[in-house]
Amino acid sequence: MNRILFEKTGMAKYISHLDLMRTMQRALIRAGFEIKHTQGFNPHPHMVFALPLPVGCESVCEIMDFELIGEKSDKEIVDGLNNSLPEGIRVLDAYTAERKLKELSLVEMEITYIYDREIGEAEADKLRELFSGQELIVNKKTKKGYADINILEMIDKIEISVYNKDEIKIGTVIAAQNPSLNPLLITAAVQNYAPEVYPDQVSYMRKAVFDNNKDIFK
Amino acid sequence: MINKLDRILPKVQKPARYTGGEYNQIVKDKSKVDVRVAFCFPDTYEIGMSNLGMRILYGVLNNKENVWCERVFAPWGDMEDEMRKAGVPLYALESKDPIKEHDIIAFSLGYEMAFIGLLNMLDLAGIPLRCEDRPDLKNLVIAGGSCAYNSEPLADFVDLFSIGEGEDMLCELTDLYAKAKKESWTKKQFLRSAADIEGIYVPSLYDISYNEDGTVSAITPLDGVRPVVTKRIVQDFENSYFPEKTIIPSTEIVHDRVVLELFRGCIRGCRFCQAGYVYRPVRRRSKETLVNHAINALKDSGYEEMTLSSLSTSDYRDLNELCDGLLDWCEPRKVSLSLPSLRADNFSIDLMHRVQRVRKSGLTFAPEAGSQRLRDAINKNVKEEDLINTCRIAFEGGWNSVKLYFMLGLPTETDEDVKAIAALADQVVYTWKRHASNKNRGVKITVSTSFFIPKPLTPFQWEAQDLMSEYRRKVELLASSMRTRAINYNWHDPETSYIEAVLARGDRRVGKVLEEVVRQGGRLQAWSEYFSYDLWMKAFETCGVDPDFYAARERSKDEILPWDMITAGVRKDFLWKEREAAYEGVITPDCRKQCTGCGANLIYKGGRCDE
Repeated sequence: MNRILFEKTGMAKYISHLDLMRTMQRALIRAGFEIKHTQGFNPHPHMVFALPLPVGCESVCEIMDFELIGEKSDKEIVDGLNNSLPEGIRVLDAYTAERKLKELSLVEMEITYIYDREIGEAEADKLRELFSGQELIVNKKTKKGYADINILEMIDKIEISVYNKDEIKIGTVIAAQNPSLNPLLITAAVQNYAPEVYPDQVSYMRKAVFDNNKDIFK
Repeated sequence: MINKLDRILPKVQKPARYTGGEYNQIVKDKSKVDVRVAFCFPDTYEIGMSNLGMRILYGVLNNKENVWCERVFAPWGDMEDEMRKAGVPLYALESKDPIKEHDIIAFSLGYEMAFIGLLNMLDLAGIPLRCEDRPDLKNLVIAGGSCAYNSEPLADFVDLFSIGEGEDMLCELTDLYAKAKKESWTKKQFLRSAADIEGIYVPSLYDISYNEDGTVSAITPLDGVRPVVTKRIVQDFENSYFPEKTIIPSTEIVHDRVVLELFRGCIRGCRFCQAGYVYRPVRRRSKETLVNHAINALKDSGYEEMTLSSLSTSDYRDLNELCDGLLDWCEPRKVSLSLPSLRADNFSIDLMHRVQRVRKSGLTFAPEAGSQRLRDAINKNVKEEDLINTCRIAFEGGWNSVKLYFMLGLPTETDEDVKAIAALADQVVYTWKRHASNKNRGVKITVSTSFFIPKPLTPFQWEAQDLMSEYRRKVELLASSMRTRAINYNWHDPETSYIEAVLARGDRRVGKVLEEVVRQGGRLQAWSEYFSYDLWMKAFETCGVDPDFYAARERSKDEILPWDMITAGVRKDFLWKEREAAYEGVITPDCRKQCTGCGANLIYKGGRCDE
């Protein structure tokens, strides 16, 4: 199985997961790579994304698996794809997959809150307080409707700091799968429980993925 | 700009439509080009990016070193609201620069409702709508496309129109613009000079006067410009630019596949069809060239689907050989081919079997009229037995779904003609019962009717459109004539077609109605989500314009038509003769059987139609 590590940054963050799958499929064809198709009534190229990235989130640590037919060097894969991808999606590394994707269990995120007014430690403290309790219930849309979940159970670590008098950066490590925590829910919690520090603009960046031992997952 | 966009894009549907950055987009250094063009498509990204014409002109213009052409689309309503709220002006996708910074703002007009899109996009860009309020050469507003053949309703808003095929014309125009900019010409100087480029129509250089009854009394060319503008064509279509390397959207669009253009023009001459007259003469690409274009376009796009495009694909002379050549490459690579625009009379089921090996999707035919008499009148030379025969072969081959398209309100139509639609559909059902190889899944026949719109530069340009009440009566009549449940009948609402009929043959006085509709918040009028009949009727009233004067009035032979300063090469007296033939029920053979001497061949210098 071939595995690539890629980034999706800038305006490419607005490409949805479904569109990303189509884009990758076409990029593989454009690069002249043939990949294994699924069996079945309507065969399609077999590609597996480790963790779907929500629309609007950037990432420098996306992982995708596929199976190439024929031999290509890692460098050929990286260069071939990078010549075929849209702006903002860049393959950083290609290698043979050794670990199972289900071993990926944690994601490190950087969430940036931007304010149209001057803010400082007082605002940061409000946020710290919000995330320091035992329970923070957010209503989440699920396949079966809506459910209340305690997002603190899925936050492994969270650090909040002030930048440039109008920015707060939230560095956090959250659950990646089974179940995963959508980082947008962190901001939803702020909106619900601390609306006075709700930001005017938010950006999300996935920085790294880890296994259970908090080692980088590759 | 990007910072502002990051504020609003998370709030709107399908934000990837507004970001640019797709594979193969063209980015240039703006300080190193002479002319910046904002190529605007007055509809959504999904529609505009599916337009082959736009892709061709984007490629042609960007092949010029001194020009940077960027794309602009109409935002969907949610995005427009957010943009207006946040003070984000309409911007070009490649640079994210406001289009107010561009030299030329070019629009493609494929259908009448695009007139509203054009004005609303100018407004969203913060560019004054009226030509007189844009005194400078910068922000020159130009438009082309099939609706430019009668663009009079936009005459007060658009500085110049390009009539016909733009490949060569736009290059000449940007060359002239670069010179004018360098030498600091006035806008007036530039427009006068541009009016000498073949195919360019500058409305401000033609004065229109009216009779007391509201008809045009004279079209007076000013400042020595030619009295009639002849549309431009690409003379060497075989070697003309085809977008092998073209933008591949990162989000889904309507026609998300390679579009291979086989030929331009149509040999048929259906009397209601504007495309059939204005795209003459017929010029095709050789099958060898097409196979090359196809392979290169598939390789560079990564698409796994390709469609063959033309006005009547089954009229391509070497269609079988072409498909063989394409399938040789496509089949082993699992690329599928689709063939729209097939005719019921020369349709090859063998071909369909070969290209659609996997899925037996529905077949679609457009007999347009139910009776042979009316089909003869409109010169749609399809015989009932051709259609039935084709359906028989299709049903024997396992197809079990057929869509049939018709128009109501065609000239000379009687109630008998309307009822004949139901009878024809019955015949198709009967054919299925007798010949279907697999009856387990039942049969689905869909009949659709639309409301006929008389179009400029066709033999029916003098006709009155039916009143909406008459169309509704005919719909009722047809619905009550349908007897079997195997037939599913649906019809278009007539309101949009009525407004389109007004705009299609409107004159300059309709312009203020367009302006009023936009002022009252009208946008995306081609979409049922946004179309508002009341908005239009109020605007007609406010402006004192009678829509029936344009839609429901028959013109006399000697009336000066508002678009008489434009010709697509086909002579007006030829169109009139065709109209008379319609009333006599006499058909005109297709161009391949016999040249009708329509006049379009005269603009094809050194070439021969349909060779």
